[in-house]
Amino acid sequence: MIELQNVCKTFKVTRRNAGFLEAVRAMFHKKCDYIKALDNVSFKINEGEMVGYIGPNGAGKSSTIKIMCGILSPKSGLCTINGLIPWKDRIRHVRDIGVVFGQRSQLWWDVPVVDSFELLRDIYKIEETTYKSNLNKLSTLLDIETIIKTPVRQLSLGQRMRCEIAASLLHNPKILFLDEPTIGLDAVSKIAVRNFITNINREEKTTVILTTHDMQDIEALTKRIILIGKGKILLDGDLGTLKKQYTEQKKITVEYAEGTLSLCDGLTLLESIHGRAIIALDTNKISVSNAIAELSRNLEVLDISVAGTTAEEIVVSLYKEYQI
Amino acid sequence: MRKYISFFRIRFVNGLQYRSAAYAGIVTQFAWGFMTLLMFWAFYKSDMKSFPMTFEQLSSYIWLQQAFLSLFMAWLFENEIFAAITSGNIAYELCRPINVYNMWFIRNVASRLSKVVLRSIPILVVGAFLPSPFGISLPVNWVTAIFFIISLTIGFLVLVAFNMLIYISAFYTVSPIGIRILSVSLVELFAGAVIPIPFLPNGIKVIFELLPFASMQNAPFLIYIGNSDYKNAIFSILLQIFWLVSLIIIGKFLMKKALRKVVVQGG
Repeated sequence: MIELQNVCKTFKVTRRNAGFLEAVRAMFHKKCDYIKALDNVSFKINEGEMVGYIGPNGAGKSSTIKIMCGILSPKSGLCTINGLIPWKDRIRHVRDIGVVFGQRSQLWWDVPVVDSFELLRDIYKIEETTYKSNLNKLSTLLDIETIIKTPVRQLSLGQRMRCEIAASLLHNPKILFLDEPTIGLDAVSKIAVRNFITNINREEKTTVILTTHDMQDIEALTKRIILIGKGKILLDGDLGTLKKQYTEQKKITVEYAEGTLSLCDGLTLLESIHGRAIIALDTNKISVSNAIAELSRNLEVLDISVAGTTAEEIVVSLYKEYQI
Repeated sequence: MRKYISFFRIRFVNGLQYRSAAYAGIVTQFAWGFMTLLMFWAFYKSDMKSFPMTFEQLSSYIWLQQAFLSLFMAWLFENEIFAAITSGNIAYELCRPINVYNMWFIRNVASRLSKVVLRSIPILVVGAFLPSPFGISLPVNWVTAIFFIISLTIGFLVLVAFNMLIYISAFYTVSPIGIRILSVSLVELFAGAVIPIPFLPNGIKVIFELLPFASMQNAPFLIYIGNSDYKNAIFSILLQIFWLVSLIIIGKFLMKKALRKVVVQGG
């Protein structure tokens, strides 16, 4: 379905220090660096998969997406999507894909959203009946029935983003690329968008490739994650297994009225302020129930909570582990 | 084809929204037209015979120029296209199963036409009722009128095809402003927007007439006022077609090259 083999891409970047003199010097002598944005990137994604593509800022996520969309051509390497090479067969390739760039807009600013939709209908040559049913479905699911009659300039970011997502799906794409789709959304909209993406993946078998910095998105949506850092693929695997590896450590937050905190083997104090302590627990050494029993023996506990590692923390430790 | 028509429609409708801009434009164009005519009148009064066209012909030329200004003013650009290139928003346009050159071409045609429908008719009507020699006279005959319409259409497309080259230059420079200002001033001069080309000295005139810029407004307006006979009219239409085809071929070629090396700016 989607296959990348040893894709490389370099960018030329000009750099100079701050200041007037430096600016003048740069007029005569420009310092250029070549940055390896992508360095032998290879992976394979099957039909109907939902993949989280993560990595810190500047890791090469957007470049990969752009190559897969046919906007950018790589320096070397192969990329085939549905048997087509995106940048060579751009027009045929893009018929089957939908793209949401969270930081850009595809809607016409001065006219109601629905006008932009109708333009897309004609561009993608969508049948009137398909268009009507898709529009109906999308506007109910994303809750934008009234919003789409408003000019884009009068919409809030969250409202607009939901329209952007709908716009990318009107033509029933087989593959959906989402580049930070939940950027700037409120909690309710985020959940709506997530549910929606899960839905179309399940029902339409749409392949979804998602890049985001919001780890809750990743947790809610994807099973498989691909980690990229400094242009290299560092990890490609199941989020569940990864989580298991990192959940040997749990975190206990305990609030207590009186007593002194005494810690047995397997418990380490992370933080303690005014009757509130955060304790790390190593499940290899002590079980959760034993730990709670141990704690409540010495303390008059008001509140206690146990948390596993969040995807966020996994990613932070991954970034640390790979030094990116 | 339908996608281009639809694209045309959304841009056209978008352009029709700016009605007060159109009223203001009409007023400006009347004022400008009268000023130009009065200036020429001062010259003509010294010796009516020493000019390449009669004052009636000149009046028609000036009013046509004002009426169809939105078709031929070189400095009217779609700023969103420049913005899309410099900010990287072009990413979305490249994700559509559509030829970017054609899409931008249509977009320019549509926005200029939406301006001209609101502005040209009032100017033409009022111009027709102005007392001679300050008003527009009718074309000499039907053949001339048909030649005029053909030439006007091609001339308009030649201008858009030329402007496309300036949009494409934005792929190669970080800021397109320099090229924009330079090329616009050149077009205004070479196309006869400042002074009609027949008024230029003979040596330069011959060169100017062959350049693509003379195939913009100069050709149709001269045909209308009957300054050129049929043979000349057919020649200038053929020259227009030549330039239109050449500019489109050059533009499409450069666009293809630009898209291959395009760096979509920003994350």
